[in-house]
Amino acid sequence: MSRVQEFRTGDTPLPDVIILTHKLAREYDMGLEVVRALRGVDVQIRRNEYVAVMGPSGSGKSTLMNLIGCLDTPTAGEYWLNAQKVSDLSDDALARIRNKEIGFVFQTFNLLPRASALHNVELPLIYAGIGARGRRERAATALTRVGLGDRMDHKPNELSGGQRQRVAIARALVNDPSILLADEPTGNLDSTTSQEIMGVFAELHRQGQTIVMVTHEADIAAHAARVVTLRDGLVATDHLKAA
Amino acid sequence: MAFWDAVRLALQTLRAQKLKSAFSLIGVFIGVSFLIGAWSIVNGINQYMTDKFAGTIIGVNTFHVRRRPNFTPHVSDSTWRAWARRPRITFRDAEAVAAGITVPVLTAWQSSDNVTVEANGKQVRDAEVTGATERYFEIKNLAIAQGRPFSAQEARGSVPVVVVGSEVAEKLYPGRDPLGKPLRIGGRPYRIIGVVEKQGKLFGFSLDRFVVAPARSPVQDLVNPPGVVDALIVKAGTVELMREAMAQAEGIMRSRRHLRPAQENNFVLETSEGVLEFWAGIQRILFVIGPGLVLVSLVVGGIVIMNIMLMAVAERTREIGLRKSLGARRRDILRQFLAEATTLATVGAALGVATGVALSVLINLATPLPATVSPASIGLGVLIGGGVGIVAGVYPASRAARLDPIEALRQE
Repeated sequence: MSRVQEFRTGDTPLPDVIILTHKLAREYDMGLEVVRALRGVDVQIRRNEYVAVMGPSGSGKSTLMNLIGCLDTPTAGEYWLNAQKVSDLSDDALARIRNKEIGFVFQTFNLLPRASALHNVELPLIYAGIGARGRRERAATALTRVGLGDRMDHKPNELSGGQRQRVAIARALVNDPSILLADEPTGNLDSTTSQEIMGVFAELHRQGQTIVMVTHEADIAAHAARVVTLRDGLVATDHLKAA
Repeated sequence: MAFWDAVRLALQTLRAQKLKSAFSLIGVFIGVSFLIGAWSIVNGINQYMTDKFAGTIIGVNTFHVRRRPNFTPHVSDSTWRAWARRPRITFRDAEAVAAGITVPVLTAWQSSDNVTVEANGKQVRDAEVTGATERYFEIKNLAIAQGRPFSAQEARGSVPVVVVGSEVAEKLYPGRDPLGKPLRIGGRPYRIIGVVEKQGKLFGFSLDRFVVAPARSPVQDLVNPPGVVDALIVKAGTVELMREAMAQAEGIMRSRRHLRPAQENNFVLETSEGVLEFWAGIQRILFVIGPGLVLVSLVVGGIVIMNIMLMAVAERTREIGLRKSLGARRRDILRQFLAEATTLATVGAALGVATGVALSVLINLATPLPATVSPASIGLGVLIGGGVGIVAGVYPASRAARLDPIEALRQE
């Protein structure tokens, strides 16, 4: 496949490759046995791709998601994110990468219940060290971008499920991340709302946002331009949909 | 995350959980209010003792030459017996010391006992009857409200005149002018020539229930064996002069008593410092017990705060995971929870300061103690409160900071 760089240890990824994993492995020492969740995954994702990661439970997709999201570090292999080798960074350095490069969208939204939509969206900017006024402006812009410009002062319990997920998306986007990383983003939503959220993703993709989405629902994965399927800790299939 | 962001975040959380927060600051609140209240009371007693008690009983820049200390808290029997074997201070001792001191001082003799006085068919039981010399009034700051003090001639002779305290005058001659009226002290006839200005009370005891008669007048038989005084009172203008006068008085007494250099004094030179030493003893006890109590309540307060914070960490595991996934570093989480604990404790301390100050104002209004809040105690209170917060917050905060974001996010 022409879009895949022949990568060897010691190489650096091509400039438009946002995510590159090379023989990425993650083992869990469970005491009696060692669980090999990932056994050497090679994935390359270019700027402005929209990729769905699928696979049955136990296939390693959550582990891959955690590694890509810099919440975890691999036991072997390399992970390059936006031209930076992050597979062997310290905790604090990873926190910085998460803050600058990754926008998380969770299945359960993970909003702070007592904080307003605006404050929830401001959170990543607090850790980016941005002053109060700058935070407010950028958070307001992000909320407007997902169509919630008129709901900024609402608390999460005053919002519908779809609106909550939009707040979460605004929070993911507010620091201009390299990738939007969504973990079952429609898992807690009804089908109408799911379609609505997929519409938001499609619009973001059209505007140039790189999106990686983990899902086990085929009809949700169908919104992505490319579907990577994992099985037993390895990439099973990697299909590019005809545009 | 900036410090103020952490504090604001902490205040938001506290506002959201009012009841729990209120409980968690009770310990620090009690500790700090006790600290400030107790401190101000000790301050008040201190001032009371220094100004009023010591000043009234002995007097400023004044010392007494006595056989044994007048103010004697906890003395062993053997000491007491040793004191009882000492020779008494005689008229001639007193005359010799008064004559021998070269620095400018006022001196007076004093011998007192409680004796019933009567007149006009009325009685005052156990009035303090003092045989004194003429300078006594000046030394004791007893202003004569009516009439006059007795003169040097009257003091040296045995003229039966008497100056009375205002309570004695009012009880014996209510609503009448007591001057020139008769009065019997232990059955001996006297004539009232002066009334002393009202002195008020000390620890609830009247300071106006006394009579003062010339030392050589007939009362001398009531208050002491013949030719003996309780004390020679010496008052100087300044502390330095008093010290010098004391040294001279000591030398004169030692040579009169033929004491060899190795022998101890068989008399005492008592100053108000002696009285204050007794108070200092009480104060030392307070300074041990007080901080102990404060410490206990602060430790309890700290444990409560630590528990509340551990609960908060457990309850907010998911939030911590989320914050970490959004880019919070360990130190951001640490700072957030430390700020929360410290804010809790500081709010508690601030309320404690307010209550402590109120307590002190109340004591000031309701009792004769001039309780004063020292700024140092406020500073210390707030400092301790914040410190307790930090200490109590460190463990929960470091637990929060060490949480694995993946595990934390998975938590329900």
